[in-house]
Amino acid sequence: MIKSRHTVTLIPGDGIGPELLSHVREVFRYSCVPVDFEVVHVNSALASQDDMDNAITAIRRNGVALKGNIETKHTLPPSVKSRNNILRTSLDLYANVMHCQSLSGVQTRHKNIDIMIIRENTEGEYSNLEHESVSGVVESLKIITRNNSLRIAEYAFKLAREKGRRRVTAVHKANIMKLGDGLFLQCCKEVASGYPDITFDSMIVDNTTMQLVSKPQQFDVMVMPNLYGNVVSNVCAGLVGGPGLVPGANYGRDYAVFETATRNTGKSIAGRNIANPTAMLLASCMMLDHLKLNDYASLIRNGVLTTMNETRVVAHSRYWGLGTTSDVVQSVMKNIQSKGQLTAEL
Amino acid sequence: MEYVGNLHLLLRRFCTLVFSHNAFTYRCLSGMQTVTLIPGDGIGPEISTAVMKIFEAAKAPIQWEERNVTAIQGPGGKWMIPPDAKESMDKNKMGLKGPLKTPIAAGHPSMNLLLRKTFDLYANVRPCMSIEGYKTPYTDVDLVTIRENTEGEYSGIEHIIVDGVVQSIKLITETASKRIAEYAFEYARNNQRTSVTAVHKANIMRMSDGLFLRKCREVAENYKDVKFREMYLDTVCLNMVQDPTQFDVLVMPNLYGDILSDLCAGLIGGLGVTPSGNIGANGVAIFESVHGTAPDIAGLDMANPTALLLSAVMMLRHMGLHAYADKIQIACFDTIKDKKVLTGDLGGKSKCSEFTGEICRRVQDME
Repeated sequence: MIKSRHTVTLIPGDGIGPELLSHVREVFRYSCVPVDFEVVHVNSALASQDDMDNAITAIRRNGVALKGNIETKHTLPPSVKSRNNILRTSLDLYANVMHCQSLSGVQTRHKNIDIMIIRENTEGEYSNLEHESVSGVVESLKIITRNNSLRIAEYAFKLAREKGRRRVTAVHKANIMKLGDGLFLQCCKEVASGYPDITFDSMIVDNTTMQLVSKPQQFDVMVMPNLYGNVVSNVCAGLVGGPGLVPGANYGRDYAVFETATRNTGKSIAGRNIANPTAMLLASCMMLDHLKLNDYASLIRNGVLTTMNETRVVAHSRYWGLGTTSDVVQSVMKNIQSKGQLTAEL
Repeated sequence: MEYVGNLHLLLRRFCTLVFSHNAFTYRCLSGMQTVTLIPGDGIGPEISTAVMKIFEAAKAPIQWEERNVTAIQGPGGKWMIPPDAKESMDKNKMGLKGPLKTPIAAGHPSMNLLLRKTFDLYANVRPCMSIEGYKTPYTDVDLVTIRENTEGEYSGIEHIIVDGVVQSIKLITETASKRIAEYAFEYARNNQRTSVTAVHKANIMRMSDGLFLRKCREVAENYKDVKFREMYLDTVCLNMVQDPTQFDVLVMPNLYGDILSDLCAGLIGGLGVTPSGNIGANGVAIFESVHGTAPDIAGLDMANPTALLLSAVMMLRHMGLHAYADKIQIACFDTIKDKKVLTGDLGGKSKCSEFTGEICRRVQDME
């Protein structure tokens, strides 16, 4: 069935989420994108699950969501789990995908980075199974299963083949966690044997971070369990220019949720018109591609990349640039107008 | 005999008086200090020889007691380090260790793990400072990672629940967390560092990292002169690769410490130039190079002794022998900055002995 208009769940979240997402809506309206947003709010200050249940139901209904990060308040008891985590596990969004590419207009220490990171998104250290066995002694369980490891490895190799990538590197700590990470590594090897056209190797996570900060160009596609994915994706995002630039996607069998790659709430910069809208805009483009609205995706993406690389309007960052969020958004829309016939009047 | 015994006792008591209660500065007035030296495998012996030569040139008041550590099986089948090595460490308290090879399928745990358990080496300390003359994309790095080294994700407790489902247990205890936090703040205070950042993932691991964080906050209350921050592991990684100068002392549980300390080593040039120290209970401290044994260049006079040398310098500082530490460190850094005599890994063509000789010469010129 070819849809004329799509409905997407929008979760503003906390911190910079609401403002970034309102800019996405602005750009979508301007570009006449046939997407309607169903906004669902989640109040992170409440201990109750009702908000989250509503959000999850809405995503199940629409199939696709765009979200800001929901803050995890430390003042609430440990039984209240991270809302973002609950969302991922409830919808079984098992693959977190991040594409880190050097942008020509962004000054960084390392150039020519082009890494795809595929991170297992539902288990591992994020299993939420903790208990205090004896007073003062806490056990936290890291779960690794054959099914999920095979699944994520399969996803990684399939994506690598689809995108014409040459090499997949599994990141692990199997020398220490012999059974857990050992199982993960074993599963990757098994899947690799079904893709003889793609080179498979593995690297221990501490060496990986050391290699990333000295020679990141050696990496192509990387696949790993949850926590190492968290570390590696943040290192890579930092290497290509920061959290404001890189979009992220969470894919499951039936649902997809798009957000910024490093999932920052950005409380300290919220409401000041200085957050970089690039990551969220590019995430919305990934969402448009997922909805098969590829023309709109390309239009907006090119607008954003032209802003970054050519017109060089940059948002405020402690490392470079002193523009405002609105400056960047205006520039994006101008670039869109000059390219496409699909836009509304400015 | 008794008179001499009493005099010795008196001298030891005097030493104890100037031995500050937190055991971080040690000024023994009896002269030479004996240190247990474990040369290790591969390039271990040659870089240990290099360090000894440089210390001799600097006239440092250190005498070395060499010991080997190969795992042996004691009564009851329990793996342990050789008793003479243990005795030496218990007596001397200070140790310097080269790289040990990790045996595959030798049936016993890694030597590093054995050492850690034997001496309760609870804190792994890695100061990471940019080396002028050894260029990396990062300049002005000057931070210290302090990693809890006994528990966390490295508890070694794993189970196969059912076929295809594995559970690895991460253990966080109040005692270990408090101990490492206290060490971190003491270190900061004793080394004139301005802030301590606790690295955690308490948003996800609410109870375990939550406990770790709570202990850090509690200890911070007793060290108001040191600024305390807390930051998510991912945020630290994100910021570290963009601007490492914002970090000072970092304290964290085992796995994050493993990852971050290697990341930071990468910022300054890798394991070949990074010092490391392990602090244990009962005043024991073992300083070590953390690179591998490099069997392909062992015995060829090609190794770079910098990592072991800087670890030995760290040891001198730990012992309060700052003047000697400074002298040797300056000589080493100047040699590297000068770029005339460098080992292969640093971009030069000189032999290990030539590099060592150059440092010795500089040290002697400083007299």
